[in-house]
Formats: sequence, C-alpha cells, structure tokens
Amino acid sequence: MSEAEARREREQVRRSWLLSLPALAILAVAAIGPLFIMVAYSFLTPGKYGNVEWLFSLEGWRGILWSKDIFSDEYVLADAHLTIFWRSVKLSILTTLTTLAVGFPTAWFIATRPPKSRALWLFLITIPFWTNLLIRTYAINEVIRIEGLLNTVLLKLGLLSAPLRLIYTDIAVFIGMTYVYLPLMVLPLFAAIDRFDMRLLEAGYDLYASRMQVLRRVILPIVKPGIVAGSILVFVPSLGAYVTPRVLGGGKQMMIGNFIELQFGQGRNWPLGAALSMALLLVVMVALLFYVRAATGEKQDG
Amino acid sequence: MADRSFSVARLPGFTATALLVFVVLYLPIVTLVAYSFNKGVNMASWEGLSLQWYVKAWANEQVKAATLRSLTIAASAAAVSTVVATMAALGTTRRKAFRGQTLIYMAINQPLMVPEIVTAVALLIFFAQIKIWSGYTGLGYLILAHSAFCIPFAYLPIRARLEGMDLTLETAAADLYATPWATFRRITLPLLLPGIIAGMMLAFVISLDDVVITEFVKSGGQDTLPTYMLGQMRRQLTPEINAISTMLLAVTVILLTSFFLLTRKRD
Amino acid sequence: MSETYAVEARSAVKDFGQGDAAVRALDNVSVAIRKGEFFTLLGPSGCGKTTLLRLIAGFDSPTSGMILIDGEDVSHLPPNRRPVNTVFQSYALFPHLTVAQNIAFGLEMLGRPKAEVAARTEEMVRLVRLDRMSGRKTSQLSGGQQQRVALARALAPRPKVLLLDEPLSALDLKLRKEMQGELKRLQLETGITFIFVTHDQEEALTMSDRIAVMSGGRILQIGTPREIYAHPTNRFVADFIGETNFIGARVRGGKAIFGGGVEVPLAAPAPDGDVTIAIRPEHMRLVPQGMAGALSATVGHAVYFGTDSHVHLKLIDGTEIVVRQQSDPDGAGGPKPGAVVGVSFPPAAVQVLED
Repeated sequence: MSEAEARREREQVRRSWLLSLPALAILAVAAIGPLFIMVAYSFLTPGKYGNVEWLFSLEGWRGILWSKDIFSDEYVLADAHLTIFWRSVKLSILTTLTTLAVGFPTAWFIATRPPKSRALWLFLITIPFWTNLLIRTYAINEVIRIEGLLNTVLLKLGLLSAPLRLIYTDIAVFIGMTYVYLPLMVLPLFAAIDRFDMRLLEAGYDLYASRMQVLRRVILPIVKPGIVAGSILVFVPSLGAYVTPRVLGGGKQMMIGNFIELQFGQGRNWPLGAALSMALLLVVMVALLFYVRAATGEKQDG
Repeated sequence: MADRSFSVARLPGFTATALLVFVVLYLPIVTLVAYSFNKGVNMASWEGLSLQWYVKAWANEQVKAATLRSLTIAASAAAVSTVVATMAALGTTRRKAFRGQTLIYMAINQPLMVPEIVTAVALLIFFAQIKIWSGYTGLGYLILAHSAFCIPFAYLPIRARLEGMDLTLETAAADLYATPWATFRRITLPLLLPGIIAGMMLAFVISLDDVVITEFVKSGGQDTLPTYMLGQMRRQLTPEINAISTMLLAVTVILLTSFFLLTRKRD
Repeated sequence: MSETYAVEARSAVKDFGQGDAAVRALDNVSVAIRKGEFFTLLGPSGCGKTTLLRLIAGFDSPTSGMILIDGEDVSHLPPNRRPVNTVFQSYALFPHLTVAQNIAFGLEMLGRPKAEVAARTEEMVRLVRLDRMSGRKTSQLSGGQQQRVALARALAPRPKVLLLDEPLSALDLKLRKEMQGELKRLQLETGITFIFVTHDQEEALTMSDRIAVMSGGRILQIGTPREIYAHPTNRFVADFIGETNFIGARVRGGKAIFGGGVEVPLAAPAPDGDVTIAIRPEHMRLVPQGMAGALSATVGHAVYFGTDSHVHLKLIDGTEIVVRQQSDPDGAGGPKPGAVVGVSFPPAAVQVLED
C-alpha cells in the first residue's frame, strides 16, 4: 500500500471515529459510564436515609447471599434471597423454552406463507412486539385475574365451580413473560427460517427422511443461529424483568428486578442494589458468551 | 380438484400451533380494548357501550400532563438519537473494518445487551449524584437517558438502508464533479431518508413505551404516561387504564403501519 | 411381451393453480422407460420436462393419470417412500454436513447399520474421486466437486432410478464435457436407470439411449438419438435438434414434388397431400444449376466455419435454406453471392413432417 493510500486510510478511519463520536458520547454519559459508577457504589456503605456514605465496604456484595441474623448478629445464608434468585432463573429458562417451543412453529408458519400474505402475517406478529410492555402485561392481567376473561368464560361454561387463583403466583408471572416475550423469539427465528433454502427439504425427503427426521437433521441444525438469537433476546430481558413480575406477581413473587428496586426504595440499601445489578449483569454476560459460542462454534469445524 | 401433492414445507402440528399463537397473542389485547368501551366499572360484566372512560381520561389533569411529558421526551429523544445514529451509521457502514469498529458496535448495541433494570439503577445512582451537585431536576435527565437507549433502534434501520444502497450512485455523482458534501446532500441523504424516518419513528415508539428506565430516573411528579399507568395499577383498577392503553396502542399501530409502508422494498 | 418398465407415466396431466389462472404443465403425457436405460427428457424451458421429473420423484402429484415405478402405482406416494433419488439442479447439498455426511445421509435415513453406511460412503467417495475431500464442508468445494457429491449422495442408497435435473447446466464448457463422459460411464457401470433432463440437444444426443423431445407439456417424439436426428416426425423436433431446412412440397404417388416441378422419390411411404419436408443442411449438396432432381436456388451469403461453410440460399418460391459445404483442401471459395445453383439431396434425406 502506497504512502498516499495509507494516508487516505487513516483519514477515513479518523472520519469514522468523528462521525461516531456524538453517539458514543451520549452512550458514555447515559448508558455505559453510569455502569462504572454503579460498580463503585457497590463497594460503599448504605446511608441512613438512602443513597450512600463514602466509606468502603463489602456489605453490598456480601448482602447478596448473606444477611445478618437480627438476634445473633451472625451472617446466615439468606433463604429469601436464594428463593428470589432461583425463581428468576427458573422462570427465565421456562419462558425461554416455552417461547421456543411455541415460537418455532409460528415462525415456520409465517415463513412458509405465499409471498403476498407473508408481509401481512409478519405485520400481525410485529404489532404485539411494539405494543407497550406495560399494556401487554396489563392485558394478561385482564385475562387471568379473578374476574378476568378466563375465569368468567370458564365459570359461565360451567367448567369451573370457583374462580382460579392464577394472579399473583409464579404461574401468572410465567404466563405474562411468555406472552410478552414471545414476539422477541419469533422474529429472529423467522429471519433464520426465511434464509433457509427450502430445496434442502426436497433433498431430505428424496433421501428417505421422515418429516421428523427432516426437522431434526436438516432444519434445526441450519436455523440454529436463529434459535440462539431468539433465546438470548428472551432470556436476557426475562431474567431482569421488572414490570411483569411487579404487575402480575403483586409484590410477593419477586424476581431479581423487583428485589433490586426494593433496595432503592424501602430497603434503603443502595450498595446492595448496585451489587445485585452488577451480579445480574455478570450472569447475563456469561449467558451471552455461552450462547454466542454455541452459535458460532460450528463454524470452526471442517 | 385439490392438489394432493406432497408438501415439503409442511410440518405436523405447526400450522395449528401457529394459528393458536396468533389467537392467544391478540385475545388479551382485544379484551383490553373491548373493556375500555364498557359502561360499567366491573370488568367481569359487560354493561353496554360507553365512551365515558375516554372522557374521564381526557379530563384527567394528571393524564394530560403525563401525556405531554411523554410526547416531549419521545420527540426530543427521537430527534437526538436519530441524528447521532445517522452520523454513526455513515461512519461505520460500507467501509473496510477498522480497529475499534467492534467497540463502536458494542457501545451502540449496549442498550440491547444489558437488562433495562441494570441501566435504570446505574442511571438512578449517577443522576442522583448530579442532582445533588447541580440542583437541576428537569426533564433533561429523562431526555438524555431516552436518547441513549433509542440510539440502537434508530441506528439499525438506517444502517440497513445504507448497506442496501447502490454505491455506484455516489461514484457517478463524483464523476459528475460533485463535491463530497454535495454528493451527501443531493444523493446520499435523499436516498437514505426513508431509513432515517423509519429509525426516527422506531425511536419515538421505543421512547414512548419505556417504563423501567423512566420509572427509576424520573424525579417526583415527573410521570410519563407509562409510569402513570404503572402507578395506577397499584391502586384501583378502572377501565380508565384500558382507555389510555387503547389510545397508546392506536398511536403505536399507526406509527408502525407507516414504518412498514416506508420500509417496503419498492424503489 | 409384457415387460416391467423402470418408470412409466400413463396419461399424466399436471395443472398448477386454480380455475381461470390454472396452467397445464403436463398435457396427457405417456412414456415407458426401460430398465438400465439412459433416458433423456429434452426440451426448451417450460416444456414440462422438469415437471415430469418431479412427478416421478414425488414432489408433485399428477392431477390425473398415473406414475408407475417398477410396475407399482406410486402416483400419490410421498418422495421418501419411492426408490428413486434425485440429483438437483442446484445440488441442494446440506451445508451443515461434510461431504461424507451428505453422501451417507440417505442410508442413515433408511436405518442401515453404521458399518454398512461407512463402507458404502467410502465406496461412493472413491467412485466420484473425491477421496481427499470427504471431511470437508460442502461449501468449500468447487462447482464440479459439489456436483460429484450430489451424484454420489444420490447413488449411495442404490436407487432403482436416478433422476438428474439439468445437473450440468452450472458448469463451464470443459467441465461439462468431462462430466458428460463421467455420467455415461457411471450409468454403464452401475446399470441404474438414468432419467436425465436437459435443454441442450447436443448433450442429449451424445449421452442418451433414448430421447423424449418435449414442448408445451407434451411429448412430441421418443426415439434413439439417431432416430430423432435423422427422422424427426414433426416440425418442432426437426427444428429443435440440429439445424433443419423446411421446404414446402406436395406428395403424390410416393413422390415429393417441389416447386419448379422437381420430383424426388420418397424413401418411406407417405399419404398424398401438401406437406412440409425437413432436410438437414449436411445432406444437401451444391451442384450446377439444371441438374436432374436438384432444386434451383440463388446464393445469398456464406458463413465460414473453418471445417465447413454454411451457404444461405433462396429457393424459387422464396424459401430460405442452408447448405453445409465441407471446405476444400485447397481453400477455394464457394459460389459467389447471386449465383444460381442447384441443390441436390438423396431421397433418404427427405423427411416428411406430420404437421
């Protein structure tokens, strides 16, 4: 590469950086930078009326798993905390699996529609996606609450003698999250299936595969990146869910998100809240790494 | 006569599941919308058509203030994020990969990778400190926060549009003696415009709909429409919420439809 | 003789679409393909040859009529239950599998024991000479190599019939010629019935045992390459295969009477009436004008091809014909434009067309 070309290259790169600068600045101040401050706060002492005192302390981090017994002043494993963590992980995984199981046929259906109606179906799946999370959660509330649609219909049909107490249970939160995050699973799956060469199906059947074998041995391995993308898009938000467990869990079925909020409200333990957030972030990063490796791992072979 | 041909794309149970999903997806929303027109308060019983909840919502001062605030923030955030996203897209698309480009991608996509609650908490901490130092408690924090997480949503459609653009058009312009700025103004920008508008609408919708970050960053009394509704859900549930939700829904659908029409591959 | 054919189509009809928009891709097609034959479906795009192939493979079902394989009616059997395998035009290799895994796929789906699958796969790999590539992903192979994998994959399960859908169309000329030889050799070695689809008439002529020429959803003529070339029965076939001259004439009493009163006895009997005659350019010769049995024609222009020249002439009634004249060793030029010459041809070259 000649001197002049090298210079032009550098010019180009500089230009790219300059153009990206405003966006990076905003993100640094209002998205990324604060994360570092939060790390700092996780190592401070909680103030008496909220906020912090600038004293180094590991209380925040220790408080994740241990709490001080009121009477003995000893540190014991906080069962309540563990319940919350377990609930969050359990519900997130369940939500991810359910949305995958239900979302895959949906994405497949849309992708195999004739081109004219496909845009319409895509539009239909996109509307719930863009509808306010709160509205959708509230909508589920309308369906599963004591006087909601489900109970009303089932009681009228005589299939129930007393209304189902679905609201404010783990199940309610699970139903809510599945409902809310389903479009997030369908869209990347659709993208992957749309790219799939349907002629490979003909080849599969030509070579004596049954429908299930074609699904397992031809379709799924090839659309795996879509499955991974969809899983991430559902798992990450559901792990850190706040609105849905709050509205449908009623303050009793707390997930990590609600627990974090508590520390900045009544709990008055900002360092613990900060530490919990960092922990959540770390778990999400690890999960992301796992997923990404699973998605691109295959490209290494052959 | 019906075609009894073997259909390669058919998988057992998939169509039924998909249709069921569509029904289940829309049923709650339809229910919610339907009951916004219910005369009675009790949502278990239908008492006839009525617009009273809409009237109540419109008359509600808090709702009006919250709506205005939502629109202000959304418009500002959409404008800011779209402008910076356009610049960033121009800087990172259609060029050889350079060192640090991955870093820029990661930064731009940060709001998508990090759970909202984490960002919300971090912003709460950060802005709380600044509020103490500066004493400013206006909408600025919300606008700034919204602008940040709207950036990836504005960026993606613009980038997609840019990548799909024919590079040779700009080369042709240069061949016809256009300066880089003129090329940008007369060729690139007009062609990019549908992508920019799409990105702006997306950012607007995202900002309008945000709950978590707004809830944590807002100062007292600074409710947006979603946070107002969230607050209401803790107390008496009336169909007024249904009415507000339906109106918000309508706005989203209108914007979405325009977005779809804009990004249809026609030109 | 009641013989079981490898593949048979009986009055097969295939319509696509409904009502007014329905398109008839196959119009009452019947054909019987013998075991061990290299049978080619030849025709231009849209003639229905691929549709017929797909009916045999099972990807489409006939609207009416029957498809039989080895004597059995398979018309509505799904493709994974028919003992045929296909080499697709796009190859359709599984991108997530290696060469060996692709080839082994069919046998695995049939549930064959692992040892058998491995042995057969290796045999196939050697057969198409891709020995060092079996562990590679198919996306890393060249077009020609991919084609061979597709071939091996289709042959591995020992199908009764192998269907090939324009498998050579994506290859460059040299590779194409190579693969034509390969395919012919493979077919002779394995003895499997090959049904080959192509639009390239040269390919069809060089490789096939028999050819079915198709157009507009119908089979126009079935025969050996020689039969098809030398004795086309209708205008389309005559025109599609090689170059042909079409001359109007009248048949009377076993003789063809051309314009200008020239009479030529017919080699094969034909009913009286006005007909179109097909004569190949290489069967015609330029002779001095006025010779007995020769048509009078005016020379237009000649195109020099090295080995021969194509001389374009006009007959008395305005019909344009082409005569292939082998080049003289002394490089002497042909007749001058505007010259009036005679065009002569043997009776055997006269082909009376049906339409």
